[in-house]
Amino acid sequence: MTTLDTGPAAAPRVSFFNDPVIRGIIYQVVVAGLLIAFIVWIVGNTAANLAAQNKTTGFDFLWKTAGFDISFSLFPWSRASFYWEAFLVGITNTLLVAFIGIVLATMLGFTIGIARLSSNFIVSRLATVYVETIRNIPLLLQLFFWYFAVLKAMPSVRESILLPFDSFINQRGIFVPRPMPDEQFGFVWIGVALAILAIIALRFWAKKRLEATGRRFPVFLSSVALLIVLPGLVWFASGASVAFEPPVLERFNFKGGIQLPPEFVALLFGLSIYTASFIAETVRAGIQAVNKGQTEAAQSLGLKEGDRLRLVIVPQAMRVIIPPLTSQYLNLTKNSSLGAAIGYPELVNVFAGTALNQTGRAIECIALTMLVYLIFSLLTSVIMNWYNARVSLVER
Amino acid sequence: MTDLAFVRSDLVDAKPPPHRTSGAWAWAQKNLFATPLDTLLTVLGILFLLWVVPPIYNFFIGHAVGPNGTVEECRMETAGACWAYISSEMEFFIYGFYDIPEHWRPNIVFALGALLFIPLLMPKVPFKRTNAVLFLFVYPIVSYYLLAGGVFGLKPMPTEKWGGLLVTLIISVVGITLSFPIGIVLALGRQSKMPVIKTLCIGFIELVRAVPLISVLFMASIMLPLFMPQGMTIDKLLRALVGVTLFTSAYMAEVVRGGLQAIPRGQYEAGASLGLGYWQRMYFIILPQALKHVIPGIVNSFIALFKDTSLVYIVGMKDLLEAVKTKNDTALEWQSANTATTGYLFAAMVFWVFCFGMSRYSIFMERRLNTGYKR
Repeated sequence: MTTLDTGPAAAPRVSFFNDPVIRGIIYQVVVAGLLIAFIVWIVGNTAANLAAQNKTTGFDFLWKTAGFDISFSLFPWSRASFYWEAFLVGITNTLLVAFIGIVLATMLGFTIGIARLSSNFIVSRLATVYVETIRNIPLLLQLFFWYFAVLKAMPSVRESILLPFDSFINQRGIFVPRPMPDEQFGFVWIGVALAILAIIALRFWAKKRLEATGRRFPVFLSSVALLIVLPGLVWFASGASVAFEPPVLERFNFKGGIQLPPEFVALLFGLSIYTASFIAETVRAGIQAVNKGQTEAAQSLGLKEGDRLRLVIVPQAMRVIIPPLTSQYLNLTKNSSLGAAIGYPELVNVFAGTALNQTGRAIECIALTMLVYLIFSLLTSVIMNWYNARVSLVER
Repeated sequence: MTDLAFVRSDLVDAKPPPHRTSGAWAWAQKNLFATPLDTLLTVLGILFLLWVVPPIYNFFIGHAVGPNGTVEECRMETAGACWAYISSEMEFFIYGFYDIPEHWRPNIVFALGALLFIPLLMPKVPFKRTNAVLFLFVYPIVSYYLLAGGVFGLKPMPTEKWGGLLVTLIISVVGITLSFPIGIVLALGRQSKMPVIKTLCIGFIELVRAVPLISVLFMASIMLPLFMPQGMTIDKLLRALVGVTLFTSAYMAEVVRGGLQAIPRGQYEAGASLGLGYWQRMYFIILPQALKHVIPGIVNSFIALFKDTSLVYIVGMKDLLEAVKTKNDTALEWQSANTATTGYLFAAMVFWVFCFGMSRYSIFMERRLNTGYKR
């Protein structure tokens, strides 16, 4: 009969190198050492290269006059402006196109995404064709198409095409009337603010009443009514008026009105249409992720169609939709940098393009540009993490 | 108390059978005219199609100038797409400035690639391992020497001359094959327990994902030469490859991480209890399951990479899109109202075919590998 040796086992003799802790330390030291050596090598090379080209480094160039033109900016820009102003112009132009693009892409994307789930054959097929076509063609190509093949192929200024509301479209972009509110118009804004306050109060009251009596108040419809009626009343009472200054064709170009340059319009179109196809897919996936049992449960509770969507389906779908939706917004903001390819003066074009070429400060310009995008991205992910923590399912 | 209960004493009349549940009319009633709103949408949809389809048809086919047409026909007021322009510039769109007598070399590369790659995609074809080794290790070397020349009496052909679809395909194939393993390593590094490696991987992934590709390419094009020792120049194609590969591998890493996180802890522990080392555990147990979960994400990254190759014009490569744009701007002999549009539409169709093909293949693979998760 054999006996099992159950006595205290001697510690296994492990060679020094096979100890996971020591091995981990060795690996990390090696990687860190290699990385530091690599960085030292690169910094050395760069310093040598810069010295050979007689280039200086530093951010002092930001306070020098830029001396180049920017075709489109939200605040006054002249050749005498400084480089840091060019940096700001780039950021605001990026944010402008990104913001309007996000609004348009969201509206279009949600429409198409819901249309893809429609039980109507033609509607769902049209939406599918849209998504599958747009998603599979590079954005840059779409921008080129809008810019070179559509907008640049528009007729010359003298043969501008008349659009509704005194607007014109030609080679130099779209010209729309400029609204000129008079001094009384400030009261209308006060009316809007009052309406918003009233809506918040109404919602609060309606919720209280619902919980107390179980009776529902048509909050949405009355909110819309408030938002229209209150400012409207103020408008009439104060006698405010908005004059529109239409663009007028003069000898060489339009005078007055607002000019939307073709670069801006092409970038806006391209970004919105492209991103909308991705948003549509996000929306579709989100709605499909809600279990069918949820709809049936809501039905069996006796909820009406509208309430079923508003109280049961949409809140659950939004939990799935919002995270990828924000990353699509971030993608749109990053993709706005492709405006550089069609000459829209956004951050990459102004700063990593023109300013870099003028000053030769490659490292500083690219680092600043990347820093801006990095900040956008970090802000988005902070907000996202907060949102995810708020809506995530609390599981037992 | 009985007035609260209601008991039916007689049967309800049977409902008439549903009118029709199959056939074209029943289908139309269900899918097109179910409710008044549906009917309205259907009518609007048909009107939209009637409004959109005939002009598109006329532009592409009806009034288009065929591949053998002349520029005079393209310049006519009523002419649609100018396919003659595409067919006459086709060589440039495919090969760029590659010397015309040497076009057989890229042709062999295309043919070899198709010959090795297509069997790799078909699950039923045997010898996958040999095939993969040939495609991943032998083929790139052969192709490089065939394309660049300078050996065996082949005329040297600098990469500046490569262009068109050739460059688009080279960058996407190399980018895909390199970014996949790099992405896996980065994802594993991000999960690592070693703080130095983990921090490095997170830093790289988040930094690259935060910035647009265009700025990464700017960096590759302007700063890479500064980083290298003096006198050492980096090939433009290589700069594009480095930029695109690093960019995609960061995205790939996040996709793979999603798959790794979906694997239950028990799988890691089971692997460890079998006495497998870290790499064995990853290779035999974790990665096969993790990657299967995230095929759609992986293919989406590939598709994004393929579309992103259109940005390499920043480093000065003439890819398909840039080749088309160059010809649109400079081919004065083909100038007409629709030339540029036709060029872009042609490029769009080529990109579309590749991307759509990839997405369909991913759906096919997903279904095939969906063993054990089917409900």
